[in-house]
Amino acid sequence: MTNLVYFSSASENTHRFVEKLGLEAERIPLRPADGFLHVDEPYVLVVPTYGGGNEGGAVPRQVVKFLNDERNRSYIRGVIAAGNTNFGAAYCIAGDIISSKCQVPYLYGFELLGTTEDVVRVREGLDRFWQRQSRIPA
Amino acid sequence: MTPTGKLKLIDRVQAINWNRVDDEKDAEVWDRLVGNFWLPEKVPVSNDIQSWATLTPQEKELTTRVFTGLTLLDTIQGTVGAVSLIPDAITPHEEAVYTNIAFMESVHAKSYSSIFSTLISTQEIDDAFRWSEENVNLQRKAEIVLGYYHGDSPLKRKVASTLLESFLFYSGFYLPMYWSSRAKLTNTADLIRLIIRDEAVHGYYIGYKFQKGLEKLSPVERDEMKAYTFELLFELYENEVQYTADLYDGVGLTEDVKKFLRYNANKALMNLGYEGLFPKDETDVNPAILSALSPNADENHDFFSGSGSSYVIGKAVNTEDDDWDFCPGHFRTPRTTKGPGPPTERWEDRGPS
Repeated sequence: MTNLVYFSSASENTHRFVEKLGLEAERIPLRPADGFLHVDEPYVLVVPTYGGGNEGGAVPRQVVKFLNDERNRSYIRGVIAAGNTNFGAAYCIAGDIISSKCQVPYLYGFELLGTTEDVVRVREGLDRFWQRQSRIPA
Repeated sequence: MTPTGKLKLIDRVQAINWNRVDDEKDAEVWDRLVGNFWLPEKVPVSNDIQSWATLTPQEKELTTRVFTGLTLLDTIQGTVGAVSLIPDAITPHEEAVYTNIAFMESVHAKSYSSIFSTLISTQEIDDAFRWSEENVNLQRKAEIVLGYYHGDSPLKRKVASTLLESFLFYSGFYLPMYWSSRAKLTNTADLIRLIIRDEAVHGYYIGYKFQKGLEKLSPVERDEMKAYTFELLFELYENEVQYTADLYDGVGLTEDVKKFLRYNANKALMNLGYEGLFPKDETDVNPAILSALSPNADENHDFFSGSGSSYVIGKAVNTEDDDWDFCPGHFRTPRTTKGPGPPTERWEDRGPS
């Protein structure tokens, strides 16, 4: 099982990473006019960290809305975050925030579009992760 | 090369209406830049005076030279680079973002002077500035970039600008991270980290606008622009390697700095929408430097590589309206190990969307 849900802004950075994974994935819409994504099976969320330090708002608001839907939230099993080490302690902090709030593991962090190594590690890691998940009793 | 004439100003100005934003990225980046605003006076660099005294004369000279080199780049970016992007802007909001970037670059340039005036004598400052004016590789770096700023291609200007923001600074940024990793000049490092953070947003934004511009080109033109980008990167990289040797050979750090250069060259390319060029084994930045840059950039972020028999998850936090206004460090408390719990909490939305 390879279910992924992701968000990517107009920069398309996270979109490119997900494309490189070559796994089936659903994208959280950028604008309200594009509809609302409802998910009804377990997934891992891939999310960029909006970079900063002072201001907050590290988790994109579209992702907040998506996770505020109780059903969507009930199916999240893990989070993968993108970021930039230039943001220091805030690097990939969207992963920590979502992990804390949803009580799911923060699986992996990568920079910008992700490297070839990131793609391999995430692909293999997700494979093992879902195998383990399937053994956890409901 | 000498500048080839005055910069073109935009011909027509429309009153900027922030209630109609064509590209949401403009408003998003503006907010981010404003939220990140800072001034050097807020950083207690004077607490580094004792630490500065522990450096050898050679280390002091190196540090001063590094900062004059950075001052030159920030001056270029503040007075020419970011300003030269304004006439090419597609939206009035994009123009406004460039004015913000230009101003912050001037703040950066000034902050090096505030470090200097705190730590060293006027004579030493003057000597370092003279060195920066006479260093061939530093001047060449400035000339290459300035050449494109005065050129006639809006997209090439954005490439040069992104490479400056996301790559050319890093031969210099290395050193305060190095000192910080050895518990020296830590306040100065804090100030430099603020600059590093700003440059990330600048490189991201200019690179994004470059990609928007690329979308309007034919496939052939896009290929040409990609080839040009990689050529320019190579040209700058070779120059940067020599500049790095000029600075760091004396203290034996050149090879370590070069890894940091290549790591950042890859990130600059990614900001422009391209894959990184240098392979992993040439970009394996010294962990001490990486950790001085970001305390979270470590292997802990690879849950997959662990044994996987248990969950390592963040400590639960209470749900409050300001849940999204994280404080870096807050989430770095020791993690608890427990089984998968049901996702239970709800966040407050922030703002309209």
